[in-house]
Amino acid sequence: MNAPLVVFFVLAAMCIIGAISLILQRHPIHSALSLIVVMVALAGLYLLMGAEFVAAVQIIVYGGAIMVLFVFVIMLLNAGLEERTNVSRLAGIGGIPLAIALTGFLAAAVARSQDTVQAAAQTGAVAPTKALSRLLFQDFVYPFELTSFLILVAIMGALVLAQRENR
Amino acid sequence: MNDFLAQHADILISLVKIAILLFVVLTVNAYLTWFERKVVAHIQSRWGPHRVGPHGLLQPLADGLKFLFKEDPTPAGVDKFVYYLAPLLALALALTSIAVIPFGPDPLHFKGHDIYLGIVDLNIGILALFAITALGVYGVALAGWASNSKYPLLGGLRSSAQMVSYELALTMSVVGVLLMCGSFSLRDIINTQAAGHGLFGLGGIFRWNIFAGPFPQILGFLCFFIAAIAETNRVPFDLPEAESELVAGFHTEYASFKFAMFFIAEYTSMITVSSLCSILFFGGWLSPFPGSWTFTHYLPSVLLIPFGLWVIWDGVRYETIFGKLILPGVGFVIAALGAVFVLFPAVNEFIQGPFWLLSKIFIFLFIYVWMRGTLPRFRYDQLMSFGWKLLLPVSLANVVITASAILWSNR
Repeated sequence: MNAPLVVFFVLAAMCIIGAISLILQRHPIHSALSLIVVMVALAGLYLLMGAEFVAAVQIIVYGGAIMVLFVFVIMLLNAGLEERTNVSRLAGIGGIPLAIALTGFLAAAVARSQDTVQAAAQTGAVAPTKALSRLLFQDFVYPFELTSFLILVAIMGALVLAQRENR
Repeated sequence: MNDFLAQHADILISLVKIAILLFVVLTVNAYLTWFERKVVAHIQSRWGPHRVGPHGLLQPLADGLKFLFKEDPTPAGVDKFVYYLAPLLALALALTSIAVIPFGPDPLHFKGHDIYLGIVDLNIGILALFAITALGVYGVALAGWASNSKYPLLGGLRSSAQMVSYELALTMSVVGVLLMCGSFSLRDIINTQAAGHGLFGLGGIFRWNIFAGPFPQILGFLCFFIAAIAETNRVPFDLPEAESELVAGFHTEYASFKFAMFFIAEYTSMITVSSLCSILFFGGWLSPFPGSWTFTHYLPSVLLIPFGLWVIWDGVRYETIFGKLILPGVGFVIAALGAVFVLFPAVNEFIQGPFWLLSKIFIFLFIYVWMRGTLPRFRYDQLMSFGWKLLLPVSLANVVITASAILWSNR
């Protein structure tokens, strides 16, 4: 077994264990911490594929900014232990087969698209940041700007909701 | 055995470099506390530490021993796992960030290996640093939460709000430099400054990003330095540990070595920020003089030899026997180092880069301490409106102007 494969399995295990612990932990902060582990491990996986820029942005945006806001809100509300209700029977019966089916489909799709995935990893390794910015700001500039517009609308919505009533 | 060494030489070199850097950084941290106490004391017309060792020079050692041997109580009702995780996280992340910084231009040659000063050269160096800083918030926030006490909780809340707000300005203020240098790698950023076109076509100091064309990054530097001080929770942005309101803020419930870990983390991030300021805006290891002024290469010796002689002279007159013995020895070592640089031109050439980088880092550390000694603390609402309404717009404007200037000059 070569070194990248070992690193891959370690990171993948971190992702999966983190995700399971995210669901099973009873305290919101512990769940948030598990989610941070998942985010950081994902960044490691990106790094393994040669996408350094995406890995750094993954940690800065998701691991840093967004999760800090999660932790901040949990701390601000001083949320206590989660109270467990009886698990919905429908989720138990329907959820597990659906989850297995989803995993199967994803695995099949990845197995089939192996060539394209490998090609993408190789082109990315040359000048990942430059290639990425070409894609974002030249080829897909309108969808990109539309997405930022969408986020702007969301921010304005939050402002309107949080605004004090003027009398 | 030799085969093993040859095969794993890279890993071994890295491990040795890590050990050396760790030792140096921790020692510098310890003496930074001494330096800070001395400078702040003199700003306030006091003497500062003066009892332990000559000029209080052994005070950091005494403090370190105290941290190790103090009782380490765990408060009742804390979340054990997170309570222990927080200082570990803070320290580990702070120390990791130093690994990205290159300390000199030329490699050392050792048995056919080129050993660069600095542990790794990432081509996303600056982004990796921001990623580590982004995670650094958790150390403080989680410490505040896990302590099960109201003051730490308030400190943790304040710090996470403050760090998220100032991180935007911090990242934005660097974009100007990245546009001018066209690289994320810290080594490349310094090298482009060496080759860049300076203000009025002058060399040396005028090629540094803070003065260089097409648009001098003075605004970017001011935004970066202010935001970085806020990120490191230092005066005047030290609201998370405002002692008049919050006892000691997020680390109130931490004692002994766990407290020391937060302390070391804070001082290590000060060093990282100072290095980043020097590298991004002040030319890193580049000399402020034009390349043709070769006589300036003797500046390290010119500084070290008189300083060493002064320490010897001061030591001979010192009150205590211990000082009379130690200080002349230290002075002799410093002066001898200066003499070595004069006598061996190759060594002198090699230390030019590290000398300038370390001098710049030292100046920024002094500014940190200076600000602590002279500035009052912000109020919380002032801090927030300053970050969002002034710092962020200014750094955004800097990005737009720099980009336009580069486009215009490339026409």
